[in-house]
Amino acid sequence: MAKKKKRLTPKQNIIKGLIKENPTFVLILGMCPTLGVTTSLENGLGMGLSVLFVLILTNTLISLIRNIVPSEIRIPVYIVVIALVVTMLEWILQAKFTDLYNSLGIFLPLIVVNCIILGRAEAYASDNTIFDSIFDAIGMGLGFTLGLSTLSFVRELLGTGSVQLLGFTLFETSVAATFLVQPAGAFLTLGLIVGIINTIKVDKAKKKKAIMDIKIAAALKIKAAKAAAALAKEELANG
Amino acid sequence: MGDLLTLAFTSFLVQNIILSQFLGICSFLGVSNKRSKALGMGLAVFFVITLSGVVTWLIYYKILEPGGLTFMRTIVFILVVAAMVQILEMAIKKFSPLLYGSLGVYLPLITTNCAVLGVALLNIQNNFTLTEALVFSAFTSLGYTAVIVVFSYIREQMLKAPIPEGFKGIPSGLIAASIMALLFKGFVGLI
Repeated sequence: MAKKKKRLTPKQNIIKGLIKENPTFVLILGMCPTLGVTTSLENGLGMGLSVLFVLILTNTLISLIRNIVPSEIRIPVYIVVIALVVTMLEWILQAKFTDLYNSLGIFLPLIVVNCIILGRAEAYASDNTIFDSIFDAIGMGLGFTLGLSTLSFVRELLGTGSVQLLGFTLFETSVAATFLVQPAGAFLTLGLIVGIINTIKVDKAKKKKAIMDIKIAAALKIKAAKAAAALAKEELANG
Repeated sequence: MGDLLTLAFTSFLVQNIILSQFLGICSFLGVSNKRSKALGMGLAVFFVITLSGVVTWLIYYKILEPGGLTFMRTIVFILVVAAMVQILEMAIKKFSPLLYGSLGVYLPLITTNCAVLGVALLNIQNNFTLTEALVFSAFTSLGYTAVIVVFSYIREQMLKAPIPEGFKGIPSGLIAASIMALLFKGFVGLI
């Protein structure tokens, strides 16, 4: 049912999720937890890894059942599968990582409606093999983790003056702008990061275009010169 | 009564669902580029959140808790929300084709709007009574509608501004949202 696409190798698949189609900075998906839990690096990483876990399981399961489920009711079925996996994750975190469970709060059950997970299920796992789907999930999950940890690192460092991870203090500065750990700071930091990434992309595209223009101009010159030479040769031969 | 008023006010402005709770951001950024779209989405969300907030409360306290099934709440709630959206879509289609014309396209999107499931879960987390849950759901979703409509006006104006290429669209929208969040922080002093 899907159009024939080139199959990506596992490595390409992971790079696609991490950089080219980074869910946070490029696709702008899953914004609620991205803004909501990134007040500290620990929370950001915890959320990212939780989504990675859920994504690997749901992509595997959905790829497994992709040929059994009638396409009319696939979305409700996917949502139930995702909700099951998320409930499992809730139990695991509540039992083993109570601190993380408490600090993620409502955003943990809300992984069910995270657009990345349903999006990958619908766009990728529903018509790819299990093997490919797992690597797609790893790439996307790591990309999301990268996005969240970048954002939370910046916010925690500038907002509180130090970054804590597993009880260690990674950085310490004497100044802090508390504004950045508040809701308004979340919007601002993400807006700036996405804006900077887009600006770099626009610049790159412009440079590429400039180089192409020079190449085209050069090619045209060579062509014109060749034509002139041919014309001169012809004239010489004629007379 | 005073408590309910405070609750209504808090959920509408001070703890605004978009600007301070970060729920429903996807649709907030997605449909806020046009006024008509924002209003349609806002109204659809208002109906669904208010209805599903009350229904999930009833299901949780009348069925899940007596039956010792509270661990199932995430699955049950998402199913209720999905069913709710379907029923509402059919009902609107049958009784008010006019309203369906303006809200119809937004209804299927609402199932995966985290604000809906979020409000249902917050109702339980905050140990609300049924009246409180109703007030909280209604005013939270009104807060969503208000912010998304105001924001769509801002974004329409921003189209006229000379913004650097890389910041057009989402990035500048996020920065505008940040300023709005700062403004809404001012309401904290009112209570």
